Amino acid sequence: MAKKIYERPIIRPLNTGMMNKFGTRTEYLPVTHIDGVSVKSLIKQYGSPLFVFSERQMRENIRFAKRTFETRYPKVQFAWSYKTNYLNAICNVYHQEGSWAEVVSRFEYDKAINNGVPGDKIIFNGPDKTDEDLRVAIKNNSPIHIDHLDELYRLTDIATEMKVKPRVAIRVNMDTGIYPMWDRFGFNYETGQAWDAINKILASGKLDLVGLHTHIGTYMLTPSAYGVAAAKMADLALGIKNKYDTVIQYIDMGGGFASQNTLKGSFLKGSDIVPPISEYAEVICTALLNAGFKNTELPTLYLETGRALIDNAGFLLGSVIANKRLSDGRKATILDFGVNILFTSFWYDHKISPAQEFGMHTEDTVLYGPLCMNIDVIRENISLPPLNAGDQVVVHHTGAYTVTQSMQFIALRPAVVMIDLMGKPHVIKKKESLKDLEKNEEMPEFLKQFKLV
Amino acid sequence: MRIKKNIAVSDTGFLFNPSTGDSYSVNPIGMDIVQLMKLNKENDEIKKAIMNDYFCDDATFEKDFYDFTMVLRNYKLLDDE
Amino acid sequence: MSKPKYTIAVTGLNAIDSPGPGLAIIRGLRDAKSFDVRIIGLSYEALEPGIYLHEYVDKTYQIPFPTAGQEVLFERLTYINEQENIDFLYPNFDAELYNFIKLQKQLENVLNIKMVLPTLDQFEERHKINLYEYGLKHGIDVPKAQPVYNTFEIPAIANQYGYPVVVKGKFYDAKVAYNMEQASQHFNKISAQWGLPILIQAFVRGSEVNVCGIGDGNGNLLGAVPMRKLYITDKGKAWAGITLDNEKLLEITKNMVESTKWKGPFEMEFVKTVEEDYYLLEINPRFPAWCYLTVGAGQNQMEVLVNLAMGKKVKPFTEYKIGTMFIRYSNDLIVDINEFEKISTVGEL
Repeated sequence: MAKKIYERPIIRPLNTGMMNKFGTRTEYLPVTHIDGVSVKSLIKQYGSPLFVFSERQMRENIRFAKRTFETRYPKVQFAWSYKTNYLNAICNVYHQEGSWAEVVSRFEYDKAINNGVPGDKIIFNGPDKTDEDLRVAIKNNSPIHIDHLDELYRLTDIATEMKVKPRVAIRVNMDTGIYPMWDRFGFNYETGQAWDAINKILASGKLDLVGLHTHIGTYMLTPSAYGVAAAKMADLALGIKNKYDTVIQYIDMGGGFASQNTLKGSFLKGSDIVPPISEYAEVICTALLNAGFKNTELPTLYLETGRALIDNAGFLLGSVIANKRLSDGRKATILDFGVNILFTSFWYDHKISPAQEFGMHTEDTVLYGPLCMNIDVIRENISLPPLNAGDQVVVHHTGAYTVTQSMQFIALRPAVVMIDLMGKPHVIKKKESLKDLEKNEEMPEFLKQFKLV
Repeated sequence: MRIKKNIAVSDTGFLFNPSTGDSYSVNPIGMDIVQLMKLNKENDEIKKAIMNDYFCDDATFEKDFYDFTMVLRNYKLLDDE
Repeated sequence: MSKPKYTIAVTGLNAIDSPGPGLAIIRGLRDAKSFDVRIIGLSYEALEPGIYLHEYVDKTYQIPFPTAGQEVLFERLTYINEQENIDFLYPNFDAELYNFIKLQKQLENVLNIKMVLPTLDQFEERHKINLYEYGLKHGIDVPKAQPVYNTFEIPAIANQYGYPVVVKGKFYDAKVAYNMEQASQHFNKISAQWGLPILIQAFVRGSEVNVCGIGDGNGNLLGAVPMRKLYITDKGKAWAGITLDNEKLLEITKNMVESTKWKGPFEMEFVKTVEEDYYLLEINPRFPAWCYLTVGAGQNQMEVLVNLAMGKKVKPFTEYKIGTMFIRYSNDLIVDINEFEKISTVGEL
């Protein structure tokens, strides 16, 4: 008789009120390939852990989003949100698809310039822009989104000194019925701050007010809030036209569309409750079209969608280091990636699949990262087949904010690979090395030597 | 190390402890091990029998077997020697 | 003409102290005059009594919890349908309805399983948090209420309504507060369990009356039976109840169904004040556990719902027997451990 495939022996109590296992198999169906490339071969070639991006999925996402908005509104412009993922190769996929750049710091701004994005197609957002940053942006004719009055005054002074009229927008925050309200960015609509800023800009005549910008929150599950926001933005734009005879050229609705990740504490799965992009498009476009703009004065709709365009195109591959039994009897599995490179596991219950075949029995397990830190927990509780040391796992929906928020703490950061449309992997960022890390360190002469006895 | 005498295991992997009323679900290899324990086999014999039936190396099985018996003890399914 | 035989799947087999409506629905279906049934139970836990009541349930399958997601649920239902060829499905838990509503088209088109459910908009619109606006929109009195995210928002609202106020959780739980201190205590306790926001609702004094009925989705009320609970358990569930002669309540129900174009079964909970005004407290988008009373009173609403889905001509009920009572009883079933083993390990019984 042929020998059977080995699986760790497991026993679990049949408790009532616990998740039954019937039909839940798809939850941990093995994922052995990504875009046709085997997980094992990827890890063998590029090491573990490893970030993998699917070019196909990214292009599908942005094309679908563009089509969804463009079939509902005549003038739409997407701008890639650099902070979501600013690996140059990733940015260029979106630039090739026609997206501009949306940046929130000087270093992101320079990245966009180096990637070849023309200055007038880089939207400069964020509360932190130095005088020098503003000068560069003015020179490049980039739209500057003003966040606070201090910036407004500084920008007016610089414009006077440079004898140019920079293109600006103001960021507006507002009550859209959503909690918490993001009132820390920009000027408030309800209290009249926004009008105050608009009056100052148009009265001074030193700045060219071309747009209005809002960003109502993040991971927004309620599309209707965007309808409220779009209506208020349109109301401002029409008010400006009435009072100053100035036509607002664009309304920037920011980002915040949810991806399919499951937020911690959510009863239902993220993929089941996240509204399709068409629902956001419908309310935003309807609000703008019904606002009462003249046909010739319809503002262009800018969108800075990040998360929803990339989250499902990113995967994190990793390996099992060891299994443990905790003192209370729970099973624990230690993986070779932790919160250092999967920062998002602080607020998501990431979906994690084994990368090899298993039987139908599962165990409730805690997933730990490799750090010597108690907070290094990837999942507090997940039902997985019995994984052995050396087995691989695939973490899904890790395209947004993981690479940009990953930290070099205790371990070096992994390589990032993009699988192209033909199924060929390309390294888009090499694995970090000790040399990379120490490149900027300096050793004072008197510390160069020591002797241990 | 012996499994309690009155423990019953069915071929569907249902394990019942009649003295406490608790029931458990066991995977096939776990069932094989429990059956062997019920036959009062020594650890070495259990290991030999399992290694004969499954593709597995010594160290892996030893580690997993130790863990499995720890869980059995934790669930009070063993006669404490 | 011979009667058709339908295979009908039913959830909510937890006929326990705080019962689900599954067994009441099954009894109604077994009493149906226009068709015969084979009943397939769908259970979440191995101890749901319906699994073991073989004179009511022909076969039971375990299904994955709502948290496992729609994809997994659909896959399991596909498997069950391959064995049983299900004609109609009755989801009965509030927590599972969202997934079933989302899957409705797919179940009908791919598996040919029919359901009669409210639309997603109808389901979302009647949530507790939105109920006050819902009432305004559809011309139903609802106690004034406002969501709050922080205890310091409470005094302004409470002073406007006057104490006592009802402090309510987003999904479950409601407590009466007679002063600010109690209100913030309740706020903290309920928000810790059910999250934010918390609803502060004006307290309306009176007695509770409920209506069990069906809307056809075109604004027609196909049946409605008003009931008053005669005795309530410590969990707030009906122990006994009686059908009422209440034209005003039926009128309100009829208007509600007409205005909302409600589709599917519902239970509406009202408070009746001494002035005989009715305030809507809640709409449950499914049959209540006491729905067998409608059969007892002459309206087999469960049967009607199936016929509606099957495209049969359905005549709205206009009458019911007033003064019909129900008294709930519990019963200890004797079960062989082999049955428990089977449902626990194989997931079918």
